[in-house]
Amino acid sequence: MPTKILIPAGVLGLGFDQAALARGVAAQPDIICIDGGSTDSGPFYLGTGTSKYARSVCRSEWRALMLARADAGVPLVIGSCGTCGTRETVDWMYEITCEIAAELGQSLTIARLYSDQTAPDIIAAHDAGLLSPLVPAPPLDAEAITACTHIVALAGVEQIQAALQTGADIILAGRTTDTATIAALPLSCNDHAGGAWHGAKIGECGAFCTNNPASGVVMITFDETGFEVEPMAVDAVCTPHSVSAHMLYENSDPFILHEPGGHLDVTEARYTAIDDRRVRVEGSLWVPADAYRVKLEAAHIGGYQTTMMAVIRDAHYVAHADQWLQGLTSFLHRKIATTTSLKRDDFTLEFRLIGQNAALGALEDGIGTPLEVGVLLIITAMDQETATDLSKVINPFLLHHPLTAHEDLPTFAFPYSPAHTDRGALYEFAMNHVLEMSDPMDGFTLAVDEVVDGKAG
Amino acid sequence: MAKLADLVPKIRSKNAGPFWVTVDIFCGDAARFAEISARLTTAHVCARLRADPAMVKRFDIENLAVIKFSFIRPAVQGSRFDRDMHGAQLGVLFAELEI
Repeated sequence: MPTKILIPAGVLGLGFDQAALARGVAAQPDIICIDGGSTDSGPFYLGTGTSKYARSVCRSEWRALMLARADAGVPLVIGSCGTCGTRETVDWMYEITCEIAAELGQSLTIARLYSDQTAPDIIAAHDAGLLSPLVPAPPLDAEAITACTHIVALAGVEQIQAALQTGADIILAGRTTDTATIAALPLSCNDHAGGAWHGAKIGECGAFCTNNPASGVVMITFDETGFEVEPMAVDAVCTPHSVSAHMLYENSDPFILHEPGGHLDVTEARYTAIDDRRVRVEGSLWVPADAYRVKLEAAHIGGYQTTMMAVIRDAHYVAHADQWLQGLTSFLHRKIATTTSLKRDDFTLEFRLIGQNAALGALEDGIGTPLEVGVLLIITAMDQETATDLSKVINPFLLHHPLTAHEDLPTFAFPYSPAHTDRGALYEFAMNHVLEMSDPMDGFTLAVDEVVDGKAG
Repeated sequence: MAKLADLVPKIRSKNAGPFWVTVDIFCGDAARFAEISARLTTAHVCARLRADPAMVKRFDIENLAVIKFSFIRPAVQGSRFDRDMHGAQLGVLFAELEI
């Protein structure tokens, strides 16, 4: 029996076509799977254990998916809840789910899968030689591990299968690989292993593998020799090109995808059009690994930031912005050295000249004179008080620093008052490592609740 | 000499995780793919990126008419020296390459 997986969108929060979702439900899927997260928006979300997407938006979309689940009578799974997949965001999704269940009068079994790792466990694994760095990896020792605000392991299919085996109606998973929620059921059903992982990768971004990415909804049907992709929006089509090209997306290697327990190799995959909107794929290979390894993600606080912005419109200063900035930077370092007790490496002043090289920095080789230049200053120091204080030391000079000593003091445009904005902690990714496990459930925890009228029974 | 962007229909850049960036050069058809594949040298790309060639992966994917380069980010995503959270503007370095 083929296994049909309905994928409403690439991520909860990005929206999907409601009519396409209804069409997907009518096609009788075996499960509904959606991703809830990614590192793509940066380390802040993992650092703080918060969601990138608005609660209101996630709630509204999740409500539609809970209704779809009830109609279809199949499990609903979300991986990497709340962008980062920490305990806080899994529980945040649980709270949203309970609220909606109460509104809809749904009685549910809800399984929560936690992917959080504790620093002592990771230190013990490090000491036991069970952590391996990927390239490039930040340096790691007990102190660096302890400094992480959150550490998560990316769950694979084994942990999702354990959650499915609880018989839950809804599974709220912590950090999970993009593919695991989708690949779990086909692998349990003994569908083709290479096809299960490959189809999961093709479907993990929803309709990104079609000509209409914003429509969101796709159905992937898995069987014993491969899989088929069909967009659920009437105006969307899949072609062998649109499907195979998705292997390029956000992958450093378009043929090999590492997952817990092995890797997918699509070098020999064949993509064929079934008709003008559906594609069949066969020939993908799953290669089991010698050991079970999961990838770790972690974030720590790398400092505290205050930003400032000035805009230069004066043509003379615009034309000499680089020279002006060099002079200002030297002046500020002398000023800070003489008026504060800070040492040179206690802080950084990152100037970005918007209009010159703000995006590419030293790699920029374009030359041109813009109409105006934005001067963005990012101050990073060891605490917020120092970063804020530095911005106040700098303020008059960012406003008035002259190009040469022999001219009237200019005054640039500050867009608001105060001219500084405290950004709080700067979170940074702190690990690019894999952890070897003897049992896939080591370090993962399942909690199952019966929820009646929005309350756990 | 021509800019790469003037020879191909699409070039895109995106993070491949927090530590890598990947750039896809969509050549459009087999003839253009063969031409770009031959003219665009990895050494040229590495020089423009100021990247160690050992840390740059190249894939010439004939059936998609795509040439893909993956390389270590100039700064880890979101670290204090990072300028582009999604790595999506780095594609410009390829688009403006003179080949």
